[in-house]
Amino acid sequence: MRIAIIDDSAARASILQEGMAALDDCELFIITERRGLLARIGEINPDIVLMNLGNPSRDVLEEYFAVSRALQRPIAMFVDESDDESIVASVEAGVSSYVVDGLAAGRIRPILDLAVTRFNAFSRLQQDLAEAKGKLAERETIDKAKRILMDSRGLPEPKAYAELRKAAMNQGKRIVDIAEAIVTAHNLMGNV
Amino acid sequence: MSTELTIGFLPLVDACLPILAHEHGFAEEAGVSLRLVKDMSWATVLDRLLYGHSDAAHLVAPLAIAATLGRGRPAQPLSVPFVLGLNGNAITLRPELARQVRPEGGMGTPAEVGAALKTIAQERSKAGRPLTFGVVHRYSSHNYMLRYWLAACGIRPDHDVDISTVPPPFCADALKQGEVDGICVGEPWNSVAVEQGAGEIVLSTAQIWRRGVEKVLALRESVLEEKREGVERLIRALCKAGGHFVDPANWERNAEILARPEYLDGSAELIRRAISDQLLIAQEGPLVHYPDFMFQHREAANFPWVSQAEWLYTQMVRWDGTPFDAEECRKAARVFRPDVYRSALLGTGAPLPGASSKVEGSLASTTVVGTQQGSMTLEKNIFFDGMVFDPNDIEGYISRLP
Repeated sequence: MRIAIIDDSAARASILQEGMAALDDCELFIITERRGLLARIGEINPDIVLMNLGNPSRDVLEEYFAVSRALQRPIAMFVDESDDESIVASVEAGVSSYVVDGLAAGRIRPILDLAVTRFNAFSRLQQDLAEAKGKLAERETIDKAKRILMDSRGLPEPKAYAELRKAAMNQGKRIVDIAEAIVTAHNLMGNV
Repeated sequence: MSTELTIGFLPLVDACLPILAHEHGFAEEAGVSLRLVKDMSWATVLDRLLYGHSDAAHLVAPLAIAATLGRGRPAQPLSVPFVLGLNGNAITLRPELARQVRPEGGMGTPAEVGAALKTIAQERSKAGRPLTFGVVHRYSSHNYMLRYWLAACGIRPDHDVDISTVPPPFCADALKQGEVDGICVGEPWNSVAVEQGAGEIVLSTAQIWRRGVEKVLALRESVLEEKREGVERLIRALCKAGGHFVDPANWERNAEILARPEYLDGSAELIRRAISDQLLIAQEGPLVHYPDFMFQHREAANFPWVSQAEWLYTQMVRWDGTPFDAEECRKAARVFRPDVYRSALLGTGAPLPGASSKVEGSLASTTVVGTQQGSMTLEKNIFFDGMVFDPNDIEGYISRLP
């Protein structure tokens, strides 16, 4: 079976590729470039096309499938009309799939399921990354607030941090919230 | 208690009404709170709608009908209780081509530009390198307007010229790379192409059909029934947003809101031009004021006329090459829901037409029309070639099309 993966994120495409390489008798083709997309699809002549839901070229591809005479068999969106559950799962995960009409559902479903799993894994990875970035920004804010306390009240660093923590505990807030308030107030007072 | 509704949209100026209803608090005031979800292709906007990620969508009108009729994918009945706007698109050609077909210093008339283009299209076709046009979707008003104009000028789409799909954000790039010779797209993407020197504007679609139906608010029929009260609140909010959108006092502010990263993520200056019906047609060229380039509010512009849905169906059978089917036509007509629009706006100051269908393209001058509520005049609504669409003779109309 020939599977084309179209994804504008090269990182996600490689995660998909890695996950699907284990499938038996499947040949994988990755396309990340918008230009020349239809020509590439024509060459590959895939049985299944997986594409990220947010890809702006989806309309281009759908039209190609609708009017192209290059493909002998029409390509249909998803598995079949009755298979709503897997469709919803794949839309949730952010993957759209186009399947050559007439392929047995039993052959398609494991591929789709795998793609959905890999897409979800990628989203989790991105979430972790965003969280890590958020943590980094929080640390910077806390450092800034510490410096303000050190400069304005002549406190040594450990004492400045202890003050932040005490205020957070007294007010039932997170340290970063207190730090943010200090930085904002400082900026508003014009003592930048 | 406020109803929550999620609305999908593409980054285009005519996504303005839901965005402004949310930003200016018209939605909250009406008792509905909105969550807006931006996407990059109509296929994705439609998927989210069909699989329940969104309750409603900013959608190209023909796609709502195509989805209902099951063209290109399994059929799912959609409903349109509100039209988000008329026209607002333009045709932009590669600069050297534009200069050959457009009179000096302005946009020209559709017949003029078409006649000049016909000669070039025939030469290119004979040379085996036919002119190629990009439209934003197969089932878009852009596709139907472009084809309507070309065919009426004696240029046969799919024979003399090729027409393919190009996503709006790539239109300027496709012109620059020579992938296409022209595009028909909504703002701000024509102006983006002009700014980059990739194209020059030759026509606005308002010149092809003075009152052409463009984007709609689409919902699944079942969702409309389930959330009927919330949808009616939304309609009242969108109507208020329309009044705000067309008031010149608000143009600056609204352009700034639409330009934000979470919405169009573009230039407030270009957006402001579109809102005020102005187009810079070429680099260093004149700033042309074309009244009613975009048409979001006056003359009950948001009323879903059944005759608009039927006209779109005629174009669908015309260009899909399928026979007219009375049952299909009835289904297409039923997508537009003037009954919901009326029920939402009854008792407000908004004018409500007395009829639900009209002869499209028949008004050559301002005409007073019968209303159920308020007073209403309709201005000129002609097609540039003078053809008239009478919903009582749909088959006859199709047979008269070139």
